[in-house]
Amino acid sequence: MLAKRIIPCLDVKDGRTVKGVNFVDLRDAGDPVELAWQYSQQGADELVFLDITATHEGRKTMIDLVKSVARQVNIPFTIGGGINELKDADALLAAGADKISINSAAVRNPNLIDELAKSFGSQFVVVAVDTRLVDTQNLVHLRGGREQTDIVTEAWIKEAESRGAGEILLTSMDHDGTKNGFDVSLLSKINAAINIPLIASGGAGNEQHFVDVFQQSGVDAALAASVFHYGEILIPDLKNTLRKNHIVVRG
Amino acid sequence: MIGIVNYGAGNIFSLTAALVRCNLPYGMINEPADFDKYERIIIPGVGHAGAAMQKLRDSGLAEAIPSLTKPVLGICVGMQLLTSFSEEGNADMLGIFPMRTLHFQQRISEKVPHMGWNTTQIRRDCRLFESIADDTYFYFVHSFFIEFQEEYTATSTNYGVDYAASIHKDNFYGVQFHPEKSGPAGEQLLLNFAAL
Repeated sequence: MLAKRIIPCLDVKDGRTVKGVNFVDLRDAGDPVELAWQYSQQGADELVFLDITATHEGRKTMIDLVKSVARQVNIPFTIGGGINELKDADALLAAGADKISINSAAVRNPNLIDELAKSFGSQFVVVAVDTRLVDTQNLVHLRGGREQTDIVTEAWIKEAESRGAGEILLTSMDHDGTKNGFDVSLLSKINAAINIPLIASGGAGNEQHFVDVFQQSGVDAALAASVFHYGEILIPDLKNTLRKNHIVVRG
Repeated sequence: MIGIVNYGAGNIFSLTAALVRCNLPYGMINEPADFDKYERIIIPGVGHAGAAMQKLRDSGLAEAIPSLTKPVLGICVGMQLLTSFSEEGNADMLGIFPMRTLHFQQRISEKVPHMGWNTTQIRRDCRLFESIADDTYFYFVHSFFIEFQEEYTATSTNYGVDYAASIHKDNFYGVQFHPEKSGPAGEQLLLNFAAL
């Protein structure tokens, strides 16, 4: 049976991981490659790297980083951040990225999804969506949740699917950072509305939150950052808990 | 040494990186004469099977493949090229295996693409899977699958339907999953191929 995926997410700036990391065995906690390797050893199913670098020079560093990860890590990984046109994606593909994730660029230019899917295949294109509840509606937000749009989240996700997205990474900004659990009701609704894989993001605080999101919303994967980086949740323990709750995970 | 059929279908950095991790030397096959330089051949491939078949024909490398007698391994779309026909582009493939490549859509109720880690069940003895346990997880990402067929299916996987996750006939092998992204089991499979 297809296993539910656990995905640690690493923020990278100028080739270094940003958020603090609290692993015992790390020689260099700022080295994304070593961190990625550690996660692969712990049983992470996939990795996401978010490039939050602002400068052109930093972007070049990212390509080198992607190559290093592809050389040393034997699980799939996605690169997000700074992908605005085909050539950005092409460079990442050539460097060994398995998937790329686009967010604001897709909202500003939805055709980018079609172009990327046509050039590289849907399996390469993850559309990341940041959502926040405004009054009673979930609306798409840009710039890490700071900029509100008038686009309804569910409608945008369906449009992204029809344009050729191969996967959706949905982050609830209302839940992100709270450690109170994933937005199970929104994720259930979105999961039922689409026929491509859905990654849940935002709100993970303990192992039970992962059990809940898989059991109650049916998502394909769950992503988290700080709970993994600070060692609050260890992936082998998390997988044991999921297994005890009859959720299929890779051993 | 392993020769990689270099016909321009998708990126091969991940594959060559995995071969390096496994200490397996490799080179590129750019023209038919290059087939003689290597003891084993890998046909990579991502993207659209019909388009990949066209590129393979345009490269001038397609004709030599069916008559090869050394071990040949097709990966993902590279495996689908070994079948007789693909619904992706309704295109004739190399026809080494009398099996068809079919679309998941309309045949299963699960999400498409089939993306992530799934187990494969061993159906027949195949040296590609030596030291790899039954029900081992491999990484898959595909929207088209090769129909199950008793005679040439080495391992099968279930995703809404039982299909051929790996195939074997004489010196020809194919795997639908990505050994280069499938952790230690994938690397073991590449090592097994290199030891054939």
